[in-house]
Amino acid sequence: MSSEVKSHPFHMVDPSPWPAVGTIAAFLMATGGIWYMHAGQPWVLILGFAVLMYTFFGWWRDVLREANSGTYHTPLVQRGLRVGMLLFIASEVMFFFAFFWAFFNATVPAINRIAHEVWPPEGVIPFPTFGLPFLNTLILLTSGATLTVAHHALRLGDHRKTALWILATVILGVIFTACQAYEYGHAAFGFTDGIYSSTFYLATGFHGFHVIVGTLFLLVCFFRARRGDFTPNQHVGFEAAAWYWHFVDVVWLFLFVSIYWWGSSAFFAQQ
Amino acid sequence: MAYGAAAAHGEHDHHPTGWKRWVYSTNHKDIGTMYIWLSFVAAIIGGAMSWYIRLELAHPGIQYIDDFQFYNVLVTAHGFLMVFFVVMPAMIGGFGNWFVPLMIGAPDMAFPRMNNISFWLLAAALVLLVLSTVVGDGPGTGWTVYPPLSNANYQPGPSVDFGILALHVAGASSILGAVNFIVTIFNMRAPGMTMHRMPLFVWAILVTAFLLLLAVPVLAGALTMLLTDRNFGTTFFAPDGGGDPVLWQHLFWFFGHPEVYIIIIPAFGIISQVISTFSKRPVFGYLGMAYAMVSIGVVGFIVWAHHMYTVGLDADARAYFTAATLIIAVPTGIKIFSWLATMWGGSIEFETPMLCAIGFIWLFVIGGVTGVLLANAGIDFAMHDTYYVVAHFHYVMAIAAIFAMFAGWYYWIGKMSGRQYPDLLSKVQFWVFFIGVNVLFFPQHFLGLAGMPRRIPDYPDAYWGWNYVSSIGALITAVGTFMFFYIVWYTYRSGKPVTADNPWGEGATTLEWVVPSPAPFHTHEELPVIGSGGRPTTQAAPAE
Repeated sequence: MSSEVKSHPFHMVDPSPWPAVGTIAAFLMATGGIWYMHAGQPWVLILGFAVLMYTFFGWWRDVLREANSGTYHTPLVQRGLRVGMLLFIASEVMFFFAFFWAFFNATVPAINRIAHEVWPPEGVIPFPTFGLPFLNTLILLTSGATLTVAHHALRLGDHRKTALWILATVILGVIFTACQAYEYGHAAFGFTDGIYSSTFYLATGFHGFHVIVGTLFLLVCFFRARRGDFTPNQHVGFEAAAWYWHFVDVVWLFLFVSIYWWGSSAFFAQQ
Repeated sequence: MAYGAAAAHGEHDHHPTGWKRWVYSTNHKDIGTMYIWLSFVAAIIGGAMSWYIRLELAHPGIQYIDDFQFYNVLVTAHGFLMVFFVVMPAMIGGFGNWFVPLMIGAPDMAFPRMNNISFWLLAAALVLLVLSTVVGDGPGTGWTVYPPLSNANYQPGPSVDFGILALHVAGASSILGAVNFIVTIFNMRAPGMTMHRMPLFVWAILVTAFLLLLAVPVLAGALTMLLTDRNFGTTFFAPDGGGDPVLWQHLFWFFGHPEVYIIIIPAFGIISQVISTFSKRPVFGYLGMAYAMVSIGVVGFIVWAHHMYTVGLDADARAYFTAATLIIAVPTGIKIFSWLATMWGGSIEFETPMLCAIGFIWLFVIGGVTGVLLANAGIDFAMHDTYYVVAHFHYVMAIAAIFAMFAGWYYWIGKMSGRQYPDLLSKVQFWVFFIGVNVLFFPQHFLGLAGMPRRIPDYPDAYWGWNYVSSIGALITAVGTFMFFYIVWYTYRSGKPVTADNPWGEGATTLEWVVPSPAPFHTHEELPVIGSGGRPTTQAAPAE
């Protein structure tokens, strides 16, 4: 087992309870979600979510211990973790692909003969492109830059500066989420008001959810950077968080250009 | 510590015991074994459902099932179970987990803990799917879950939501598993095991993993839209809210067509290993075989709308999808001819796995030929949603995959369990099952050509003859299935012990045959060094 002398560079992981506990969380959330949707009782869903958080905490605590031990995460194992993160992001891209498909299916007659000829559909008042949505674009682009500054500081071994610039990124992420919440609160179209609302809320909503996840991921990196977990040569967790953040950033650019800009240009051209 | 001496023996068999060994497992072999057992459980449930369907269809009129929603539930659950919980777990989770690390000379999978949650999520998904059929009215939507039939007006209960979440959870399992396989294959090959020396089974799992990684999230997106349409008032698929039910079909089949390759490409891998072993020759055209799978995988992403010819696509789109679909026959033909060329001039031994492999080729060729027919939009207008399609995909994908699973199980059970299957009984089982499925599905071509629609519990008397024959075939298949499970039980209980590392002789050249039988808990703890032909050159020295 792991205590024996190894003759290969790979990580033989010890048996772990977390996959089973995580599965219980998934099951509780699925059944609890259905109970909530059909009977309005949220308790099992909340319990499942709590178990999920507990799983995340325990599982990733173990991963951090293994990483910090200095013996398990050899350069080859680090490479595996990095490739794994890239592949996960590739699958996330395909998840958003489905929502963009739904959007263009509703708006582009070349894709779909019964696509809407007028978009946004009549009666829908979209957000002014170069108001809050554009501000959000600038916030996210800036956060990409601050994160890159953090990465440079990390490569130079400056933990204080690394932590500081990660924190700046986290704050920008929180501001973005707050802006989105404000936008949702002031939308002229409700969640159930037809296909414009469906594509808008699901696409931007899942993006917003990913922003929150990315912000939490970076927040963990902030504490790890302060603790001195990262070295100039080994900081897989930071790289994964940074890649994830840039991915979220790029999805936003596509959302901004397609939904907020191109998708409402016909409306504002008429004004 | 003397690795060389200890490697073969008990030294490396220390492992956790009791329930924790399985529930907390981080061992690719134990996890692979659990996948195979899950597949057996799902196969019994899914198989029973299909026999009940054939029982109902043995005669015109209503025999046993007077609740037609229940008939639809049987059809739906049979499809889900066989696709997501029988074929995929057995071939990717089961044989993939067991033999990818062994074949590339890796000590385990890249992410052993993630490997375990892939399995357990699938188990949870199976429970959710079974729950979906017993709560409320069950999901009567077909495995394709087309709206409007699947929306809240026509399926108001919680059943379809259980089905959606079962697929979500199974999808998460698949995506994590895919990441694991790709990283394992890219990052953990033994020294000298270049990509172009990997066994074809490993190539097959690699291509499959990419298909899973890129196709399953699209299904997840579509299922999420369906879930919010059903429960939260969005209108993605509802025309009265400006939505489009055909969007679901696009999204579903953008996943669904790669999905059928996800099912059959691992089968290609198993069949290549088996045919090479029992012809005692390396696979003919190895590189062509590998890249044929890659191109099937790539082209598989751009042919999805051939499932939707009758939905009102315009003529240009139908012409494109017809042409693109026909192109898939080229790499598929490369595979068939290369298998035949491998056997040609080979010294063939008709062991049970080889019989199953030849059975696979037979079924796959028949299903492939009817597939070329159905690929034509004009012809498909007449065939769409008839039993011809049912016969086609059961031949090309379903039963072909089952024979690949039989082939893999018979081929590898000695390595996995240390016991060999009963030879004569297994050959009888092959023939009973082979005759059974052909009697079962071949007449369905005639029924389809005569216009019998699928997914209907009753039919005009004119269709009675071939339906009766088909149901007799189902009975024979049932006998073959029970024989298989008896063989499984018999092998574990009193199968002949396998003592040789390689019971199959000179034809079996891949790395799983250089480790002891049964394979010890940990293998390849000293990485083998691989030379030309993918064979280990020397016993590797321990790292300095």
